[in-house]
This record gives sequence, structure tokens and C-alpha cells, in this order.
Amino acid sequence: MRRDFAMLRSLPLALWLALAVVTGTAAPTLAADDAGGALLTERCASCHNLTGPATTTVEGIRARKGPDLFYAGDKFRAEWLEGWLQKPARIRPAGAFYGDHIKATDKWDVVDESTLAAHPSLSAADARLSAAALMQRHAGRERLQGVKVEEVSLPMFMGDMLFDKFKGCIACHQSGRDYGGLSGPELYTAAERLRPEFMYSYMQNPQAWDPRIWMPNMHLAAEDLNKLVTYLQMIAGEEEQ
Amino acid sequence: MSTRAGQGRFAIAVLLLSLLWAPLAAPVHADDAVSPRAAELLYRTYCIQCHGLHGTGSGINVRDMAVQPRDHTDSEAMSGLNDERLFKAIREGGPAVTKSVLMPPWGGVLSDPEIHALVKYLRKLCACEEKRGPG
Ligand code: HEC
Ligand code: HEC
Ligand code: HEC
Repeated sequence: MRRDFAMLRSLPLALWLALAVVTGTAAPTLAADDAGGALLTERCASCHNLTGPATTTVEGIRARKGPDLFYAGDKFRAEWLEGWLQKPARIRPAGAFYGDHIKATDKWDVVDESTLAAHPSLSAADARLSAAALMQRHAGRERLQGVKVEEVSLPMFMGDMLFDKFKGCIACHQSGRDYGGLSGPELYTAAERLRPEFMYSYMQNPQAWDPRIWMPNMHLAAEDLNKLVTYLQMIAGEEEQ
Repeated sequence: MSTRAGQGRFAIAVLLLSLLWAPLAAPVHADDAVSPRAAELLYRTYCIQCHGLHGTGSGINVRDMAVQPRDHTDSEAMSGLNDERLFKAIREGGPAVTKSVLMPPWGGVLSDPEIHALVKYLRKLCACEEKRGPG
């Protein structure tokens, strides 16, 4: 009885606190989100899917002008995002759909650089706004819920073997500057760009994120997924030095 | 009043249009037959990265690959692989047919009907039939 009474007395305080949060602290961030959201719609929506869902058709994936961003908050490391938007450097050597940016030569097909445009770059203020708005997008959250990346110790040469020889990732991805395949994103910067849980989940089942992507499901066991995340973290450190 | 009617007409038009559009927009994933044109599009989306724009095994990825992709236009070599073998290689990857892991498994992104259609497309590329019977 007494406790109930005490609770009743503190109710107005709780209400007042809630109101303070909504009006005082929360209002400026809400306003910033709106500005960031508007910026994204205005300057990014022509190339990026900001709202989902992902395309489920081959035609759709071929027509895509940029990677999907509607789960950006589950994918990227916020620190990286804000910096990259100000000084964007190429991640996919052959662009968003590689098939649009290659040409045949006598020896083998090569990337047709003349067809690749530089990514728009943003001012520091706009980069901060849009990075914050992007990090609010969590359409893939439930996919990451069960993911628990475990630290493993892995000598570099074993990681190289796993990536190149046993799993064949090297066919589509670069594991160092100018070493590896060109139809997937470079991976020696992956750990700088991406959350470890995302890397794990994506490698486990790329089609769960992007039903028609041309990275196959390689049926990786948990042990290999942990090793590959560790390896990607190791090679990211290496290239920085 | 007139805007109401206009809105109504617009809504009906949208509905009719979307009905027309629906079969076109249906995913290729559906279990019905996959057209030759759709098979070619699959090849040009998933396979040319390694097997090359002309299917000769010289895609943008090959420079640093330890085992070179199969030349799908080589009728001699391709006629030695029967349809079942091609299907298995595509669906489950190189190791399923004692070949390199650099040929990945596509069963997670392509349906069985799509893979069957790809096998047919490969027969067009090599201009060859599977060799039947012993030898
Ligand atoms: C003209 C088309 C175009 C516009 C406009 C555009 N982008 Fe991009 N964006 C791309 C392409 C293409 C890539 C892939 C670049 C690469 O991998 O090298 C990309 C990549 C990205 C990435 C990295 C995604 C990933 O998964 O690696 C982010 C983040 C991004 N864009 C944000 C933005 C924002 C924010 C805007 C608006 C301010 C914007 N983009 C406007 C085409 C565009
Ligand atoms: C047949 C080509 C191919 C193979 C083989 C392949 N990948 Fe990928 N990978 C891709 C493509 C394509 C993407 C996504 C590109 C996009 O989102 O635009 C990707 C994305 C990724 C990503 C997310 C990177 C990012 O920047 O978004 C990781 C991590 C990754 N792959 C790791 C691996 C590992 C590890 C292996 C080997 C087990 C592997 N991949 C094998 C093509 C491939
Ligand atoms: C990541 C690179 C890569 C991609 C993408 C790829 N292949 Fe291959 N493929 C290879 C390599 C390498 C070989 C040769 C393996 C060997 O000889 O050990 C091969 C061999 C083959 C073979 C011959 C298998 C055998 O029994 O000898 C077929 C058929 C084939 N690929 C079909 C396809 C089709 C269809 C696709 C697209 C759905 C595709 N490949 C995508 C790399 C690739």
C-alpha cells in the first residue's frame, strides 16, 4: 500500500521527465534527422535505394545505380561513413553493376575506366547530417540479432590460404591493393568500412541481404566465418601501415 | 466533385496498369520455365565475371586466379561433359565434380529451373551436344 502511494507521488515527476526528454533533448536530434533525411532524398535517392525492400529480379539488380542503403545503420561503421562521404574513394573496382563497366581485350576482359564516374562528395556538415541519417536505417537489424562474432587467433598465412585456396574468395575480391578479382568490393578496406557482425552475416548468406547479388552462398561454417572476419580485420590493419 | 471523379479514374488507371505490369515484374525465381532470353541474362549477370563477355573463360576476375575458368565455347571439351554434370557443377560448385573451388556453387541464388536453362544456354555457346553412350 505504501509503496503504491509513493509511486503515485512520483508519477508527475516521471511525466515531467518524459516531457523534458521529448521537448528539450530529443528535439534538436529529430530536426537534424529531418534535414539529413531530406538531404538523402534529394541528393542520393536517384542512385540508392533508401527505403527498401531490395530488388528480387535479375533485371533489377543489373539496373541498380548504387548499392542499397536502407540498412546502412546495420552495415557501416559510423566513423568511416562520415569521412568517406567527404572524400569518397572507389570500393567496387568495376562499379555498382560490373557488367556495365567492362570490355573485352585480346587477353581478358578489363574494367573500362572511362565509364566509371567519381562519387559525389559532400561538405563536412552535409556528410555529418547524411551519415547520421543513414545510421538510423536498420532494416536488417533482426538478421544481426543472432550473430556473435568470436575472436579467433589466426596466423596470416592461414588466413591467406583460407581466403585464396580453400574458399576461393580471391576470385572476386581484392585482398590487397591490386591483388585479386574485380567483380566484388575490395576487401582490404572492409573492416574499416563495415561492422564485424554485418561481415559475418553477409558472408553467411549474401542473398538474405540482397536476393539477386552475384556473390554466391558459399555455405561457410561458423568456424570459417569467424576466421574470415578476423582475417579481414588483419588485412585492413596491414594496408594502413 | 470533378477532382473526386478525376481521382477515381486515376486510381482505376493505376490499378489496371499495375495488373498489366504484374506478370512482367514477377521474379524469374518462379518455378515455371525459364526463357532462353532469361537464361542469357543470368549468364551475363552471374557467369561473365569469370567466364568472360564471350564465354571463353577470360573474365575481369581471371588475372589472379590459380585455375582458369572453363572455356564454354570449346565444343570439344564441353561435349565431353554431360548435362547432368554441368547442372551439378553449376548448382554445387567445382568441388562437387572434383574441380576447383574457384568455380563457386550457385544453388543459393539460382533456382533449379534457372540452372537447367543455363545448361541449355551453355550448349548454345559451345554449339555442341552432350556425348551419349559409352566413350
Ligand atoms: C550518380 C549516382 C550516385 C549518387 C547521386 C550517389 N551515389 Fe552513393 N554510390 C554510387 C555508386 C555507384 C557507389 C559504389 C561506389 C563504389 O563501390 O566504388 C556508391 C556508394 C556509396 C556508399 C558506399 C556503399 C557501400 O555499400 O559500399 C555510400 C555510403 C554512399 N554511396 C552514399 C551516398 C550518399 C549519402 C549520397 C547522397 C549525398 C550518394 N551516395 C549519392 C552512386 C551514387
Ligand atoms: C563470384 C564472386 C564472389 C565470390 C566468389 C565471393 N564474393 Fe564476396 N561479394 C561479391 C559481391 C558481388 C559482393 C557485394 C557487392 C555489392 O554489394 O555491391 C560481395 C560482398 C562481400 C562482402 C561485403 C563487402 C562490402 O563491401 O559490402 C564481404 C565481407 C565478402 N563479400 C566476403 C567474401 C568472402 C570471405 C568470400 C569467400 C568465402 C567471398 N566474398 C566470395 C562477390 C563475390
Ligand atoms: C568466381 C569465378 C567463376 C564464376 C563466377 C563462375 N565460374 Fe564456372 N568455373 C570457374 C572455374 C575456375 C572453372 C574451372 C574449374 C576447374 O577446371 O577446376 C569453372 C568451370 C565451370 C564449368 C565446367 C565444370 C566441369 O565440370 O568441368 C561450368 C559448366 C561452369 N563453370 C559454369 C558456370 C556458370 C553457368 C556460371 C554462372 C552461373 C559460372 N560458371 C560462374 C570459375 C567461375
